[in-house]
Amino acid sequence: MKTSLLSAFFTILKRDLTLALRTRSEITNPLLFFIIVTSLFPLAVSPEEKVLQTLAPGVIWVAALLATMLSLDSIFRSDFEDGALEQLLLSPHPISLLVLGKVIAHWLVTGVPLIILAPLLGILLYLPSDAMPALLATLALGTPVLSLVGAIGVALTVGLRRGGVLLSLLVLPLYIPVLIFASNAIATAAADLSIRGQLFFLAALLALALTLAPFAIAAALRISLR
Amino acid sequence: MWSFLHKLASPKHFYHFAGRLIPWLGWSTLLLMLAGLYTGLVVAPTDYQQGESYRIIYIHVPAAWMSMFVYMVMAGAGAIGLIWKIKMADIVASSAAPLGAAFTFLALVTGSLWGKPMWGTWWIWDARLTSELILLFLYLGFIALQSAIEDKRTAANACAVLALVGVVNIPIIHYSVEWWNTLHQGPTVTRFDKPAMDTSMLIPLMIMFFAFKLYFGLTVLMRARGEILERERNSTWVKQMVTESS
Repeated sequence: MKTSLLSAFFTILKRDLTLALRTRSEITNPLLFFIIVTSLFPLAVSPEEKVLQTLAPGVIWVAALLATMLSLDSIFRSDFEDGALEQLLLSPHPISLLVLGKVIAHWLVTGVPLIILAPLLGILLYLPSDAMPALLATLALGTPVLSLVGAIGVALTVGLRRGGVLLSLLVLPLYIPVLIFASNAIATAAADLSIRGQLFFLAALLALALTLAPFAIAAALRISLR
Repeated sequence: MWSFLHKLASPKHFYHFAGRLIPWLGWSTLLLMLAGLYTGLVVAPTDYQQGESYRIIYIHVPAAWMSMFVYMVMAGAGAIGLIWKIKMADIVASSAAPLGAAFTFLALVTGSLWGKPMWGTWWIWDARLTSELILLFLYLGFIALQSAIEDKRTAANACAVLALVGVVNIPIIHYSVEWWNTLHQGPTVTRFDKPAMDTSMLIPLMIMFFAFKLYFGLTVLMRARGEILERERNSTWVKQMVTESS
């Protein structure tokens, strides 16, 4: 029986979403981490409103970055261990599109909850309400880039027994542009200035990652599974 | 031309070819390095603004140039290895990585040594310094990935993918950092307006630049030769060579 590319893509998306929903701790743990890390900053630096306000964009984004990174391993790890990944590579469809389905599923279960939670953390850190739309917009544009670029790192390290720390070494430097534009956009919005430039940059990064990353992920998976 | 390149792709020919090239490269590196250091540290005039401490640029600037150049060599060799499955290209890429990291580190250290008397601080979150630091992280990630994967061929291919992803990212990182810096203009650094560099200062810099290039060529060939011996230790020509020389 031959399935069409579209149905293969959606089958993978649906399968990954179902698997993620069955093991809920994989979704909730990064979120808890996101909240806890953010709440450490008032304790460690200062609970003063002014200090926290200036820190807020950076702190929220760094926490989001780390939370995403911790959840990355789940994209390919369990599939690698039970052999499902090899089956995926044997399929007649282009692998880059199939892995894109997996990355989108990862973003839906980790990125979207982050976006939903972020305003709460913004309030905790006294982020001005003017900056809230900017926070949401940057997260909506930035977290898919994190998932896409991170998936390249996971695909490269999935065959290794201890890939965790190595993954962060590979992936974090590549996250820097997203971090710069996103936290800058939020700070600019808090100062009541236009953030169109930053958002365009983030959108450009997303377009670039969306078009190029799947090929790199597919190539990396083929190498890792050889 | 093509047959020459094909021959180079075989480790055995590369080993002997590099062995013949190394003395030439070694001596010319030494001569150029000495000439560059002498003209740069002794002959070139003192800068009227920065005094003698500007002379560190004769190490710093070539090292910074090389840090970018070596990454391109690494990524280029990695791509060749990935596309045409040429073992020698993998070996060159893996030999170049630690050298590139060393050049980057050297550029950072000399920059910081120069910054102390000039800016009054060891470190400034200046755009160039920051992107150089991130470049060092990229090198270290490359080396870490390489040492984490046991199978040499898999390691080389995985690193090639990483290097190519890095090549796409380097301009983005560079410009985003530059852009970030212009917005975060914190303590204003009094930037010296670049005076058109005097020829007497420029010539030693150019000599040092070529000396660094040759030095890189020399060390990359030496490292590649070592790597070839390690990877080909079970082949007959290596065994023969070892037994003949002992």
